Amino acid sequence: MPIQVMIFGQLTDIVNSHELKFTDISDTNSLVSELNSRYPLLAGSKYVMAVNKQTVTANTVLNEDSIVALLPPFSGG
Amino acid sequence: MEEKISYERYQRQIILREFGVAGQQKLLQAKVLVIGAGGLGCPVLQYLVAAGVGKIGIVDDDTVALNNLHRQVLYSVKDIGLPKSERSASVLRGLNPDITIIPFNERLAVENALDIIRPFDIIVDGTDNFSTRYMINDACVLLDKPLVYGAISQFEGQVTVFSTGQLKDGQQGVNYRDLFPQPPREDEVLNCAEAGVLGVLPGIIGTMMANEAIKLITGIGEPLINRLFTYNALNNQVYELELAAREETRALIPASEMLFKKMDYEWLCASSPSSFEIGGNIFDELLENETVDVIDVRELDELPVVSEFPHQKIPLTQIEKAITTLTSDTVIVFCQSGKRSKQAATLLSGIFGTTKKIYSLKGGIENWKKLHSIQQS
Repeated sequence: MPIQVMIFGQLTDIVNSHELKFTDISDTNSLVSELNSRYPLLAGSKYVMAVNKQTVTANTVLNEDSIVALLPPFSGG
Repeated sequence: MEEKISYERYQRQIILREFGVAGQQKLLQAKVLVIGAGGLGCPVLQYLVAAGVGKIGIVDDDTVALNNLHRQVLYSVKDIGLPKSERSASVLRGLNPDITIIPFNERLAVENALDIIRPFDIIVDGTDNFSTRYMINDACVLLDKPLVYGAISQFEGQVTVFSTGQLKDGQQGVNYRDLFPQPPREDEVLNCAEAGVLGVLPGIIGTMMANEAIKLITGIGEPLINRLFTYNALNNQVYELELAAREETRALIPASEMLFKKMDYEWLCASSPSSFEIGGNIFDELLENETVDVIDVRELDELPVVSEFPHQKIPLTQIEKAITTLTSDTVIVFCQSGKRSKQAATLLSGIFGTTKKIYSLKGGIENWKKLHSIQQS
């Protein structure tokens, strides 16, 4: 089963989808570099990364059933 | 002192077993400040007023416009051009004349924020820009106030409750800077005016914010403390994220009320990384007009020697260890060509966050000397 990446907010405009799937990715660092090479605009965007609903800042190991989320800040009110 | 309760008005919630007369009593004694009487603020206000929160403050310096009416449901066509704080207060007094409503027709700024926030128990953030959001967050951390946070973007919304100190379960309370330590640049994220918003979305998110405030006040249920709830209005998907406090964010929040009042939140959000860099002319102006720490981040034996202005010598490799020697609110770093100083500026900005303004001299001392036609030895 591939790793599922959920995309939120205006990041969906960059990747053109609410959800991406990746195979052969072992940790969040390699996921980020893969994302940045596929979608260069993501590299300049601010977002929080969560793995299985927990925010992560350090490199984190991803398993087959990991669900990753990328959440950008919202300002609208 | 027990407030006199109108049983008839609140009967339908008083008969809830978990809520009861005790819950109503708590609401009547509560003081809630709602910042922003716009898309989120309107439903928050409507429900808190209807539920019988005893004292409600409304902060907004904006006036009603026709393009607000598709989502800001307290206003009508006759309100266009009038102040939102006063118009909403007037409508809400019609809804529930038994409670106290205090409109603040002013823009929240570092000068007035602490005084406005201090008398209230719970703060609700329904503002529409990052600079105010970071300011409210920092003020609430400083004053130890729970902050009900909601924000929207196009078809999606976020809700959470930020708090400070240690929680009942031993976890540390999380604030906005634990989620996003630094604000995005102004051009990085679009607001509602630029990106658009479905009118019903702030209605949903704002109503959830009112619900969180009511749970916090009455002590029923499980407020969204340390949990960020997101909702997508198009596909009804919800996603909940657990939040954790981060050691390093504390340093980004002004440590005292005095430091808070010196913060420049507008600047913080408007600045892009390139504006760290300043040209020779601005450099000279800063030297003349402000107390600044000027630092040469080159290695100690590098040439040319700079004797034209006072400065400290702290090589880039040492700068992290030497931060305690930087006492001014403004720090300017320079090197030979501007490359290492840019690195140093980024590093220092990471350490000091918003507490200091950090600049790097573009083009380095080489360019500066050229500008002043000083021959290099």
